[in-house]
Parts: sequence; C-alpha cells; structure tokens
Amino acid sequence: MAAPPRRPFLVLLAGLLLVASLATLAEAIYEDQVGLADWHQKYIGKVKQAVYHSQKSGRRRVVVLTEENVISSLDLRSGDIFWRHVIDKNDPLDQLSLSLGKYVLTLSSGGTILRAWNLPDGQMIWETNLKTSTASNPQLHVMSNNKVAKDNLVLVSAGRWIYAVSSIDGAISWEKEFSLDGLEIKQVLQSPENDIVYAFGIAGSSKLALYQLSAKTGEILKDVQESLPGELSGEIVLGSDNVLVALNKARSSLFLIEFKSERISYKKVHVSDLVQDLSGTFKLQSLSNGVITLQTSSTVFLLKLKDTNGLEVVQRFDQPAAVSDALTIAEKDEAFAVVQHVGSQIEFIVKFRSDVSNENIREKVNIDHHRGNVEKVFLNSYIRTDKSHGFRALVVMEDHSLLLIQQGEVVWSREDGLASIVDVTTSELPVEKDGVSVADVEHNLFEWLKGHMLKLKGTLMLANADEVAAIQALRLKSSEKNKMTRDHNGFRKLLIVLTKAGKVIALHTGDGRIIWSNLMPSLRASRFGGMPSALRIYQWQVPHHSIMRENPSVLVVGKSGAESSAPGVFSILDSYSGEELNSMRLDHSVVQIIPLTLKDLSEQRLHLIVDSNSNAHLYPKSPDALNVFLHETPNLYFYSVDIQANVIRGYSLQKSCDIKGDEYCFSTKEIWSIIFPSDSERIAISETRKMNEVVHTQAKIIGDHDVMYKYLSKNLVFVATVSPKAAGDIGSALPEEASLVAYLIDAVTGRILHRVTHHGAQGPVHAVLSENWVVYHYFNLRAHRFEMEVIEIYDQSRADNKDVMKLILGKHNLSAPITSYARPEVVVKSQSYFFTHSVKAMAVTQTAKGITSKQLLIGTIGDQVLALDKRYLDPRRSANPTQQEKEEGIIPLTDSLPIIPQSFVTHSHQVEALRGIVSIPAKLESTTLVFTYGVDLFYTQLAPSRTYDSLTDEFSYALLLITIAVLVAAIIVTWIWSEKKELRDKWR
Amino acid sequence: MAASFPRHGRLLVLLVVAVVSACLGAAAAHQAGSGEGYTISGRIKIEGANPKGFGLPAKTSNTKVILNGGQRVTFARPDGYFAFHNVPAGTHLIEVSSIGYFFSPVRVDISARNPGYIQAALTETRRVLNELVLEPLKEEQYYEVREPFSVMSLLKSPMGLMVGFMVLMVFVMPKMMENIDPEEMKQAQEQMRNNPVSFSSLLSRAQG
Repeated sequence: MAAPPRRPFLVLLAGLLLVASLATLAEAIYEDQVGLADWHQKYIGKVKQAVYHSQKSGRRRVVVLTEENVISSLDLRSGDIFWRHVIDKNDPLDQLSLSLGKYVLTLSSGGTILRAWNLPDGQMIWETNLKTSTASNPQLHVMSNNKVAKDNLVLVSAGRWIYAVSSIDGAISWEKEFSLDGLEIKQVLQSPENDIVYAFGIAGSSKLALYQLSAKTGEILKDVQESLPGELSGEIVLGSDNVLVALNKARSSLFLIEFKSERISYKKVHVSDLVQDLSGTFKLQSLSNGVITLQTSSTVFLLKLKDTNGLEVVQRFDQPAAVSDALTIAEKDEAFAVVQHVGSQIEFIVKFRSDVSNENIREKVNIDHHRGNVEKVFLNSYIRTDKSHGFRALVVMEDHSLLLIQQGEVVWSREDGLASIVDVTTSELPVEKDGVSVADVEHNLFEWLKGHMLKLKGTLMLANADEVAAIQALRLKSSEKNKMTRDHNGFRKLLIVLTKAGKVIALHTGDGRIIWSNLMPSLRASRFGGMPSALRIYQWQVPHHSIMRENPSVLVVGKSGAESSAPGVFSILDSYSGEELNSMRLDHSVVQIIPLTLKDLSEQRLHLIVDSNSNAHLYPKSPDALNVFLHETPNLYFYSVDIQANVIRGYSLQKSCDIKGDEYCFSTKEIWSIIFPSDSERIAISETRKMNEVVHTQAKIIGDHDVMYKYLSKNLVFVATVSPKAAGDIGSALPEEASLVAYLIDAVTGRILHRVTHHGAQGPVHAVLSENWVVYHYFNLRAHRFEMEVIEIYDQSRADNKDVMKLILGKHNLSAPITSYARPEVVVKSQSYFFTHSVKAMAVTQTAKGITSKQLLIGTIGDQVLALDKRYLDPRRSANPTQQEKEEGIIPLTDSLPIIPQSFVTHSHQVEALRGIVSIPAKLESTTLVFTYGVDLFYTQLAPSRTYDSLTDEFSYALLLITIAVLVAAIIVTWIWSEKKELRDKWR
Repeated sequence: MAASFPRHGRLLVLLVVAVVSACLGAAAAHQAGSGEGYTISGRIKIEGANPKGFGLPAKTSNTKVILNGGQRVTFARPDGYFAFHNVPAGTHLIEVSSIGYFFSPVRVDISARNPGYIQAALTETRRVLNELVLEPLKEEQYYEVREPFSVMSLLKSPMGLMVGFMVLMVFVMPKMMENIDPEEMKQAQEQMRNNPVSFSSLLSRAQG
C-alpha cells in the first residue's frame, strides 16, 4: 500500500473532491496510536462454576466457567484475566474440574467432548470425544489418589455411559454402557480404599440402580436395583458418604436413599414435616457430609441428616441467600459459607460441618445495591499468619458481576454483565455550563512548548522510550476525551447498554468507564417463576429546543416472562444519572416495537408497541402525543416478518381498538402479505434501513457526466430466503438442492421491486441495507467460497431530469414527492464478489450528514471487525475501467474482495464471541464512532474518507511553524530585493 | 511417527502418517466405530513457530479451527494438531482463526462411497492439499509501519511543497526574467512604470 499523504493541510484547502483521489482506501493506525481513540474491554460473563487452585501451588488463581461459555483463569488478587477461552455456543460447557494440579478439565456438549487445558497458560493439551446417549446432565468426577495407574483417571458419566479417561493424554482407559433402559447416572462416587467406583442412577422415574465398578477395568462387580413408591423429579444430591437425598416429582417429599454394599434402602420424609410455611418451588443443594440445603425463592433451610435416617432443620435464612459448596479444610473438617442480605449489606457466614449450629465467621460487607441479590458463592480458604484459617469468597450477583469478599470488604469486582449486552443506544453528554472554568485544562506556555518539543522529537524519530511514553500520556491528557461534557466534534457520548441481567449501564466513549449503572427492578427475576427478559433500549426523549434544560432519557422495554404473550414492562431512565423516572407494567404483550419519527411537545419520541393480538398501543400516553399521532395515522404502515409461518405481512392502523375506553390502542388491518412456499423457501433474514440514516444526495454523477438517481425509500425491506435443505449448516446440502432468493420489497404496498435467485447458494445470510443498496453475504456451494452480493437500485422515473430545457420549463419531477403508492420504475445493478471469511455480524458506517463515503463493517469469524470500503462493492466495477470511470474512482474488477490487515478496525484485538456492531455518527462529518460487542467490548473512531475536516493528532505543528518562518523569511528577502531593484530603477 | 489413538479400541491414523498412503492424493479419515461419521484431523503449521515446524507460536494460544462457518469449533493443541469427530460425508469448510495470520479456508470432501477418502483444497488459491497441513498464506500486520524520518517525506508534504515552490519562485523567477526577450521586457517595464505597483510599495501600503 502506498504511503498515505500524512499532512491533511492541503486537504483542508483543497476540499472534499480532492480527498477522494488522495485518500488511500485503507485507513490504518500506527502501533503507538493504539488506545488513543479506542478501547477494548475483556469480560467473561456470569460465573456458574469456579475451582480454586490448590493451596500448595502458591498461585492465587481461580478457574471459572461462565454462562457465556467462557473458561477463564482469574487472578484472585485483582480479578484480572490470566487466560481465557470462549467456547462456541454450539458446544455448551457443562462441567469444570482440575486434575493433577496442572490440568483444567472441561466437559461440554452434553458430555461428549472432554478437553484438558494447561493450567498456567491455557493451552489445550488434549481433546477426547466420547460417545454418549443424549444426556441432560453429564457428570465429571476426577478420581483422587488412584493407585491403579500413575495418572489420575477422570470419570465422565452421561446417560447410560460411564467413561474413565486418563488425565495425562486423554486416552480412554475403559468405558461402560449400562444395559438398563432409560438409565441416567446421577452420581459417581469412589471408595478410595478398595478402588471401587459407585455409579448411582435413575431409570425411568422411579427405579434406582446402583452399580459397583472396578476402577481398574470398569467391570461391573455388583449391581443393585430398587423401585421407589412414587416418582422422582430427577433432582438428587449427596447427603453423606452413603446417603442420597432425592426429591419426588410432586416436590412434596424427600427420599433418603441409603446404599450399602448389598442393598438400597430408603425412607420418605415429607417436606411439610420439616418446614411448615413452604411455598413455591425449591431446590436441593448438597453441602458437606451430612448437611444439605433446601432453597426456595426467599428462604434457605440448612438441613442435617440425623443418625436415624431422618432430617432436621438446623437453621433458616429468611433473607435472599446463597450457599457455597463445602470446602475441605484441615483435620478432615469441612467448611461452607452462607451469604445473605441484611438490609443494604450482605452477611458472609462461614460454618464448619463439625459444628453446624455455630458460626466461624460472620462478617458484614457493604455492597452496591445496584448489584441485586447474591446468586452464587464460592468459598476459598487461606492460612493466616497465626496458622488459623481465613476465608474469602467469590460472590456472583444478580447483575452477573463477580466480587471477591475477604475480611468484610469487597477486594475487587468485575462487571461481567457487560459480556451479555442485549441492545445499545447512545446519549449526548451535558452541555458545558457557563462559568465552569476550563483554565485548568490549558497548560501554561512552558508546558505547552515542552509538549510540542516532545512531539517534534517523536515526529523526527529522536525520542527514546521514556519520551514516547511521555508523549502518549500527554496526548491522552490533552485530548480531553474523558471529560463529562459535550464536545464540539461529538466524540464524547454515553453508550447506554442493556444487559441480559436487566441492568442498564452507561459507558463513556472516551475510555469505556462506567458512568452509572442501574439494575432495573422491573426486569429482576422474581424467584417465584417468570423470568423477565430485557428486550430493547431506545432513546425516549432527546431535548433540543424549548426544553433544553431537561435531561435526555432512555426507554427500556422488557417482557415479564419467557412466553410471547407475557405482559411487557417499560422503564424510563434519566440518561445522565441512570435514575428511573417512570416504570410501568403494560397490560399487553410486546411482539414488535416500532419507534416513530414523531415527537410530542415535550420531545418524547412516540413508540408503537404491537401486541400478540395484533393491536398497536401508542406510547407515551399523553393527549398531546395522541394528537400528533392521529394526524399521521393514515400514512402509517408497518410490516412484520413471521419466520415460523414463512410470511411477511403489511399492516395499516385502524382508529379504534377492541378494548373500550383505551384511546391509545389501535387495531390493525392486514393490507398485504407475501407467503413464501414453505417447501422451497424459508425466510433466512430480513433487513431494513437504519431509521437514523442520513443521505446527502439523491443524485449520483457518474464518470461520463451522466446522472443516476438513487432509489431512496425508507420502506425498502430486504428479505432473503433459502431452500429448506440449505437452511442447515454448510456441508449439509448439495449445490443442486440449495438456492437462495433475495427480495427487495416495498413495505407499504408489499410490491416486490426486485427478486434474484442464486442457485447453489446457502446461508447463513448476513445483510446490510443502506441508502439505495444492499449487500449480503452467503455461501456459494459451487465455488465453495463465501460471496458478497451488492444490489444497487436506481430510480428510472427521474432519469429524464437531465434535460436542461425541461428543468428550465419546469417540466421536471424533481420536486414530486417520493411515494410508495406509485409504481416505481427502478433499475437494478448487481454484482457478486468472493469473500474469504465467514461473517458474524455486518453493519455500515453512519455519518452526521451522509457525505462521507461508506464503509462496511464486517465482523469476521476470527472475531475481528474489517472495514471494507463500499467502493469495492460497486456493481459498476469492470475488468478494464475506462478513463472516465477511473477518474470517478472505480476500482478494476477482481473476483474477490481484498482483506487488507491494516483495515481491521479492531487491529490486534479480538472481540470474542462478537455479536453486534453499532456505528454512531459523530458531529464531525468525517468521523463515525464504532462500538462492537460480544463477550468483549471494543470502541473506536473511524474516518472512512480520512479526517478531511479536521487536523489529526498526527498533525505536525512544528512543520507548520517552520513553513511559516521560511515563508516570512522569503517575504523579507523578496521585499529587500524589491526595494533594491526599485531604488536601482529610480536611479536609472 | 505413527501415533495410536485408542478410540473404541481402534487405531486412528494421524493425517501426517497418511502421507505414506496418500499416493491417492488424499488426506486420511477414519470412520468412527458406530458409523456415525468420519474424523477430520490435521495440523496447523506456522513457519518459525518452533524448531520442528509444526505447532503454534507462544503468542497464539487462541488458535481456533472452525468447521462449516461455526457449526463446530475446536482448538489447536500446542503441536498444531486438531480433529473433528463424527463428521458426516459431504463437502465441508474448515477455517482457521489465529490473530496475526491469514489462513485460507479449506474445502474438505469426505467421500461417502470410498469411506475414509478425504480430499482437501485451499479455496483461496485452489491448491490441493495432499495432507491436511494448514499453513498461513501470510502474516497480517495490523499497523501502519511508521516510516523513518527522511528529508524527502518532509519535502513531499504539503508544507514542504509550499516552501519548495517559494524557493523556486525566489531563485528561478529572476533567472527566467532574464531569459525573456529584451523587447518584451522593455514593454512590460514601461507598463510597470505607467502604473507603478511594486511589492515593496504594496507592503508599505499595508503597513501604512
């Protein structure tokens, strides 16, 4: 790549047109610019299992498994990530264990894949595939002090299968499939004395089976079966060494199942005999030997096994609480922790098995109330200087954050809810108030000069390492990027994200720090069933004119349950403080949310919520909003894509609604529908233009001074369907039976503007629609490569407007409104290109005025984001462009799209498990802000046509000064010469 | 260097070994005992990673091997070995994601008629692989390389050009003036005399 012109001074003078020819296609950064305008944050997600390193290793580390399918090793001192692997979603992690003190073992995909990772650096050591029946709950058991072999055996049980795998190389030592039908192994135990493995399972719903296997060969030594009176729920925990506690299906009684070598005996205990006021569902958890817990939505009971095969309640915690697993400490004793809420604090209680009724530690810890309830506790101990045991615990909170508590304090916390972002919106920062001095930002003259001397040194490559660091720090400081006020260029904003846990977090674009966070009370999981889910976040009020003094606010929409008919919940938050201004529970469900471009007098945006009965509800419910809305109702149309039914429907609004007295409710009328034939086409994706997209010009002047008019309609919908056989993964369909059909549909009339079939193509399809073009990515089975197709739509009805005479005589239709009612005459140009990688997400850059050329932002399979200039995806590219076309900037045709490493906007970072890319226009036309989220977050500023409207940080002021000095010197010299010459002339 | 891989008591032959039997130009596959599918196994080779040639450099502990655009993802071992088990017959796509390297996707055909016959080809270069050894096509440099300071780059910059132009005007223009025909010169001078606008007077006027 040619060196780009680095001094945009001329660019400033020459203006925009010149830029197009000057700028190189790739926009890259230098290595020392990393972190100036971008930030990258690594997360792991909500922890579901944690295993500590043993005391002996001396390293204070913990290995965790999370619900985002991440396995990671964390530093216990700081919470930093040592290493981390994000496992694919198709390969869900079930179990985690350590072996030999140096391997981390993970069991995934329902017990079929067992992997070992190197504990210090996270390299994968081996991977073993196990064949199991479809199992719901695979178990992983690492055998301790096995005398059979030198290495430890790992027992994996899933369904009817049990495997013993060597933990050194992953070789299967033995395997056993039990013959009992419908058996599911629930517990695997070992007896260290005589090398016997006990496998305990349930067949059907009431049959118990106990197998004794030889640890050496897997041979069945004994098997005992017993039927229970009554069905089991499948929930079984270990009560003590030889007692299992099972819950019956009606969840009313417990079975205490005692197994001895010869037989199984059981005893039934009614839960109501133990605990009187029990309500709701509950779950069992095994603690230490002889102690189990029974947890309901609000209460935790500690139960102790009595010698006479009974249970007794030792203690109850009436506050929301969580209990840790048992931790073996010295003298064969075990400890466990209970963490419960007491007011705004949490109480950390550690108990020993030997003395359950007493407490070893009871500490109060202050915790931010925006973290919600404690969900999980993982206890760890350390030896204090006085040889006694100290305890610390990892606590997982309701908002998915992870805290380490020790000695009554939160040592560190990780905001891991950010690993599961659901939706993103932005908010402007407050305007800088008058009277607030900015003098402290200005350096004094000496400082200023010193800074520039340093920068000059940097430019001239004379700076040493320390000075480079100083330059970096200086740049960070002087860029003012972290201030909490609005800036002239619009770079400083708040990114307001909604997480899966129902927490709303505002991040500063400058450095990604959290400004505020709020766990939405309406989206908190009530423990009495009903899992609310966060859906979307929108801008609710963006004050501009009369009500400038008011803070902007955002709207959070959620559902109060998993099913589609669950009523919706609404929350309105102040964008600056995160305070909840208003919250309501809707009396209808939320199927589709349509933000309208209309606003009421208080500048609240109007939103239309469509419920499962196809009624549309208007928000905000104010008479003023209704007025505005009723005025526009005849022109309002919307559409819905029903992937299940394979139908796209268009609707208009009717004035009334079935619900009487609710004037904010409107019934809808289906006005068109496109039903795709299910046997040949399945809807894969639908895409529409971004609501906030700005288009600068409708006309496109091509090389031969001809004008083409873009077909710009906000109602354009792109829909792609694939043949049913091609709906699966690559490799499942033959080219002959796969096809992909792309449609461009007008959403008001349901008219299909364009339809194209790609034979031998299949999904996954990713598409982006912007201005008058759509780009989509799919897999070409014939070439066995990924392809990107571009379709551009031009409006033919305006093509005659080139005639100047017509323009003068007023016979043009330029001022005619674009309407969806009229049949558009469109011309479509398309072309396809090969693209190397699979794609996870696609977006397009958005700028304030839409003048800057566009780049496609492609999230690749490697979790990187590639910025690809739209010019590469131009249907007018040809193998030998004419001189005129070259002048226009058309790139000669190549069969594949180039992947220039410098145009990865994420440069050397990876946004693990990338899910979404958002482009937000800055105020400065040249620049767009790009926010990428997955398990990680990445933010950067991007200038698709370089920063033609501002000087970059790279701008060398020193050179400018030198130039001015030289020019002044030249002027003086010429002046002297001129004087002399004049004098000579006068003497003549 | 045959490595035995005890799986259902059978011997899984590593791909690398298969070269011996690969006069057919095929990579090796192994049908799993149950007949559910085949095993695709191969190695990743990054030049200069370690003395043996195979394997991964220390900085890339996060090398993922992706089957069919994300259907299955596995990790490469430190020695570069990877495997997918129970893959049905058909045409599949393997991609390698490793930061800092550009790998071409690989088309892998598993024949249903001849069990165990696997054919692999790079989709970017259409090169047929005899054995499933994946090498990066190139290393990826994500950063622009800063050019060392040079006088030429300074001169090429807009400001350098301005200075250059000024210097040119100052030193070359008088020379050019000398070359002009004396007749024309006289005419021009006459004109100048008629409306005497000189640079110095311009300046003095601006000062005044």
